[in-house]
Amino acid sequence: MTEPDHHHHHDDHSELSETELRVRALETILAEKGYLDPAALDAIIQAYETRIGPHIGARVVAKAWSDSAFKKALLEDASKAVRTLGHTGRVGDHLVAVENTPQRHNMVVCTLCSCYPWDMLGLPPVWYKAAPYRSRAVKDPRGVLADFDVSLPKDTEIRVWDSTAETRFLVLPMRPNGTDGWSEEQLAELVTRDSMIGTGFPKTPEASS
Amino acid sequence: MNGVHDMGGMDGFGKVEPELNEPAFHEKWEGRVLAMVRAMGSAGAFNIDTSRFYRETLPPHVYLASSYYRKWLLGLEDLLIDKGFVTKPEIASGHAQGNAKPVKKGKLQLENVEQSLVRGQFERPAPAPATFKPGDRVRAKNIHPATHTRLPRYTRGHVGVVERILGCQVFPDSAAMELGENPQWLYNVVFDAAELWGPDADPTVKISIDAFEPYLELVPPI
Repeated sequence: MTEPDHHHHHDDHSELSETELRVRALETILAEKGYLDPAALDAIIQAYETRIGPHIGARVVAKAWSDSAFKKALLEDASKAVRTLGHTGRVGDHLVAVENTPQRHNMVVCTLCSCYPWDMLGLPPVWYKAAPYRSRAVKDPRGVLADFDVSLPKDTEIRVWDSTAETRFLVLPMRPNGTDGWSEEQLAELVTRDSMIGTGFPKTPEASS
Repeated sequence: MNGVHDMGGMDGFGKVEPELNEPAFHEKWEGRVLAMVRAMGSAGAFNIDTSRFYRETLPPHVYLASSYYRKWLLGLEDLLIDKGFVTKPEIASGHAQGNAKPVKKGKLQLENVEQSLVRGQFERPAPAPATFKPGDRVRAKNIHPATHTRLPRYTRGHVGVVERILGCQVFPDSAAMELGENPQWLYNVVFDAAELWGPDADPTVKISIDAFEPYLELVPPI
């Protein structure tokens, strides 16, 4: 039901791939039928290319590291807590923050598709949506972490969160040592995307300088 | 459905390959596809569960061989054809040929794009109290619906513990088939790795899923 049972005849676009031609054709049809405005598509793309990205989640993490009342609120109801931070834009419902501790490391996956906290981290990376991560994260999380050059103490509990519904999980990584007195802005610079998925750690003060 | 999209626990896909400084899109068309899916969803042509179902129903060899956004494109084409928004001859010719079927919410306007990027709200009034409570032992039912479900195969038949109640939410199994929202209680259920993968599994690993009430049955306390 899916592969083309037809052929495109766009000789003037011979430099374009079959996929590109198909995408153009579909957009043309949908615009001609009045279903969509190409300018709205431009705006969606621009939002993900320029505004919505892991810097949003990083500010939330840095705030949690700096403000224990905020951290408590974040762990209780992350959507509600994030909305109190005016500068992080709009966040959807059903966001859950999970805290890494010396005893427990959290890791997020979506084995069924690509569920990911887009409004906190932007578009998911290709590896997050690809078969190797989706298949192995729930069965061999330590092996997956090794692919990221991440290793945890043998007795650290690993909790893998498979995002099978509309809950979106944000990992709250541990604050790096040697950051006493740092401002939220400085701390946010240490927070990597992968540290909020659970496949990495924040940068250390040494590595960031 | 027991599709190839349900990948948890499969072997043989190789190593995870992180990419340094990955761009938002690797090809321009990927952004167009993402935006088309968002715009048509916002217009009310389909809900998120139906769009997921159409990607899952791609034939396994196509699913596995296609890039992420290629899957989105193929699923979107199939969905729009099935629901009568576009026709196969239109796709073949690259132009509209007939009248447009109305979309429920109307075309996504430029000024509403920002709002459309905020994730939807899936919680609904509960028709009945929640059956399970935190601490309850539950078994993921051994069910194999041929249509859309969010109960991953690797948990079916296995026993976990309810860790938290996540509210009463739109039931994807119904919504995907356009059978209504049929709200159901949702629970985070945590499993020991050994329960899912056998006695050789890493004893430090626990895995949780978000499971709707119809996926679960109570297991009497030991």
